[in-house]
Amino acid sequence: MTKNFAALFCGILFGLGLTISQMSNPDKVLSFLDISGNWDPSLAFVMAGALMTLGALQHFIFKREKPIYDSQFHLPNKNNGIDKRLILGAIIFGFGWGISGFCPGAVLAAFGDGRIEPFLFTLSLGAGMMLFRLLQKEK
Amino acid sequence: MENFTPYSAFLGGSLIGLAAALLMYFNGRIAGISGMIAGVFDVKNHENHWRLFFLGGLILAAMIFNLFAPHSPVTYSRSTFLLIISGILVGYGTRLGSGCTSGHAVCGMARLSKRSIVATLIFMSVAILTVFITRHLLGISS
Repeated sequence: MTKNFAALFCGILFGLGLTISQMSNPDKVLSFLDISGNWDPSLAFVMAGALMTLGALQHFIFKREKPIYDSQFHLPNKNNGIDKRLILGAIIFGFGWGISGFCPGAVLAAFGDGRIEPFLFTLSLGAGMMLFRLLQKEK
Repeated sequence: MENFTPYSAFLGGSLIGLAAALLMYFNGRIAGISGMIAGVFDVKNHENHWRLFFLGGLILAAMIFNLFAPHSPVTYSRSTFLLIISGILVGYGTRLGSGCTSGHAVCGMARLSKRSIVATLIFMSVAILTVFITRHLLGISS
C-alpha cells in the first residue's frame, strides 16, 4: 500500500509539472516544434528543468542499494543496443506527436480542461497500443 | 515570441524531474507514462496498482490545478480526424520504441542511456519535420 501512495504522490507532482509548464497545451507544443515559424522555445526549459533536477537527485538515489519500498531498482540495461524497433518506434511516435502536439503524459494532464479532445486522443492511443500487442502476438 | 514562458516552463519541468526522482527513490521505477498506460491494460499483471495510482494522481492534480489556478487557455488546432490518427501513431510508436517523452527524453536522458538519447533525437527531429511539413508545406493549420 505504501508503494501505491508513494506513486500517487509522485503522480500528483508530475501532473502539476505538466500543467504548470503547459506541456499539456498541444498548440504550445506545436509552437515549440515549429522552429521555422513563430518559434516558442519555452518547452526547452521544461526539459532543462527536468533533466537538471532528476540528474542531480539520482546521483544520490543510485548510491543506495535499493529503493525504499522495493527490493531493487527496475531499470532497463542502459548498454542495450540500438535496434530497428527503437528507431522505427521513435519515428512513428515523432510523426504522431508532430501531428497533434499530444504525448502520453501531457494528454492525461489535459483531461483537467474539460474538453473532449484529450479523451478522444487517449482512446486512439489505447487502440494503437492494442494494435501493437496484436501484431506482436502474431509473430 | 509573445508566448514565451521560460519561468513557468522551468518550474514545471523541475517538478516533473522531482516526481521522477522520488518515484525512483521510493519504488525503484522509471516514470515513463506510455509504459504505465500500457501496463494498466495488462490485467494479468498484479504488480500494476502503483501505475493506476500514479496516473490517477497525475490526472487529479491537473484537474484541481485547472479549477483553482489562473492559467492560459488550452487550445487545439487539429481536426478530430488528425487527432485520432495521431493517437494511434503515438500509441503504436511508443510501444515499439519502448518509451515516450517522459521515459526516454527525461528519465533515459538523465541516466545517459544511449538508447534513450538516440530515440529522443529521432522523435524530436521527426516531430519538428512533421510540423514543418504540415504547417508550412501543406498549410494545414487546423
